[in-house]
Amino acid sequence: MSTALLTDLTIFVLSLWVGFEVISKVPATLHTPLMSAANSIHGIILVGAMLIAASTNSWVGYTIAFIAAVFASANVVGGYVVTGRMLKMFRKRPAAPAAAAAAQDGQGS
Amino acid sequence: MSGFSFGTQLIYVLAASCFVLGLHLMNTPATARRGNQFSVAGMTIAVVTTLALIIHADVISATGWIVMLAGVLIGGGLGLYAARTVQMTAMPQLVSMFNAVGGGAAALVAIHDYIRLAGDVSGVAEATTITTLLDVIIGAVTFSGSIIAAGKLQGVITSAPVTFPGARLVNLLLAAIGLAAGGYVIATPSLPALWIVIVAALAFGVSMVMPIGGADMPVVISLLNAFTGTAVAMAGFVINNWALIIAGALVGASGGILTKLMADAMNRSIGNIIVGGFGTGDTAVAAVAGAGAGVQAIAADDAAIQLAYASKVIIVPGYGLAAAQAQHEVAALAEELESHGVEVSYAIHPVAGRMPGHMNVLLAEANVPYPQLKEMDEVNPEFARTDVALVIGANDVTNPAARRPGTAISGMPILDVDQAKSIIVIKRSMGHGYAGIDNELYVNPKTSMYFADAKTALADLTSAVKTLVG
Repeated sequence: MSTALLTDLTIFVLSLWVGFEVISKVPATLHTPLMSAANSIHGIILVGAMLIAASTNSWVGYTIAFIAAVFASANVVGGYVVTGRMLKMFRKRPAAPAAAAAAQDGQGS
Repeated sequence: MSGFSFGTQLIYVLAASCFVLGLHLMNTPATARRGNQFSVAGMTIAVVTTLALIIHADVISATGWIVMLAGVLIGGGLGLYAARTVQMTAMPQLVSMFNAVGGGAAALVAIHDYIRLAGDVSGVAEATTITTLLDVIIGAVTFSGSIIAAGKLQGVITSAPVTFPGARLVNLLLAAIGLAAGGYVIATPSLPALWIVIVAALAFGVSMVMPIGGADMPVVISLLNAFTGTAVAMAGFVINNWALIIAGALVGASGGILTKLMADAMNRSIGNIIVGGFGTGDTAVAAVAGAGAGVQAIAADDAAIQLAYASKVIIVPGYGLAAAQAQHEVAALAEELESHGVEVSYAIHPVAGRMPGHMNVLLAEANVPYPQLKEMDEVNPEFARTDVALVIGANDVTNPAARRPGTAISGMPILDVDQAKSIIVIKRSMGHGYAGIDNELYVNPKTSMYFADAKTALADLTSAVKTLVG
């Protein structure tokens, strides 16, 4: 077993523990945005796709690099945008127009 | 290791730290948006560093640049379009598709690495082969499995469990073929054998998800999410990149935790769900319309009066609410009740919806403030102090039969709805839930059944409250 593999394995195992620690504190309310955020993070595979494009010079390599780049960048961009969209909806109080309407109803009754 | 590549690995670790910090900030809704921004920053750092690395190495061809840029632009555009236009009810499908492309890309990275090394005279180092195989297998299973899951959620593929005689045998056979071919690849590097592994893994992904029913989707999506993370981490081993290993491990951990939480919330083991079929034949149970014995029906006016004169109301939404697209109507009713001084909160069971936390997002979209959304453990003690529990489209998760041994849902954690002083259930018929058993809550003397479609019923209740109490 090479040193490089041992280092990689150590990093992997410790990261798993960090992940368990950090994520078990996320409340159930945010589980969908959490999963979507995790989704965007695994879009890091884009780095792998870019490195393929940089190292290959065969049409097989280019095809693989292209598909991987499409997949991974859809993953990154889509994941972050949709996570942001969801998190924007989580409010502590009702949105301003709704609150105003509620206040008026309250006075009317 | 040269000074430059040493530096880039360090910057990758910085990017990975941003991911950890981003996930950490997701522990409250107030800081979650900042968390997402940290995560975006981490990704930007990683991509820019990779660009610097590529320019520094200076071996990329012109075609390489074009392929890379075209791929990123097309993929990014598709991702942006999907993320902007998706309905919140369709989030599980989108997340599933992101799992598919992530897993697919991870598998492609390993496949390319294998093809490249197989061309070398030196052959392939054994350790690389094992992680390559794991990456290819997990990535391919995730790719096809997630596409099937998305198809089921979208309704393109039937959401009912699809099984046939000998289905389990086919699964075993595919696994055996994949493992045998994989073993062969380790013993003697061989590209055709790797193709056999890929095809077997793709077929296994399909046959794994097909027998799983719609209500088990929260577990399946979480599991496939964990798979994607693991595949990406394996890709990190293959190309020896720490950013991929750390990010993949974080996602693997996240998916793993959610899988466990969802399976616990249904009181089922993960293996049991993967093998498929819950109380086999549950779909054959005909839904009987109208009131059965011991069931009391209620009309909109009476229900509205009960709700308006309550001091504390807990709303229990289930997937039926989302299926009827009635999130906005329920929020309007809650707002109307609050304007009459009623204390309203929502009791959310972990598996209410088609993915973890789905119901919270749907209600947040309908402008429900998140402090009103209560988790099961937090809300259960409150039912005893509640005047009216309003159950909408939730069934099995409210069935007191789960507390007794010997039923299909025994041991499943439930919402203690029956502890409330009175209960109103909005439901189209006396049909069964996913588990295919009678809900004892419905024959409780404290329970009144309001037989109607959720959307119409909620709109009628809101206007009844307005006219009667307004």
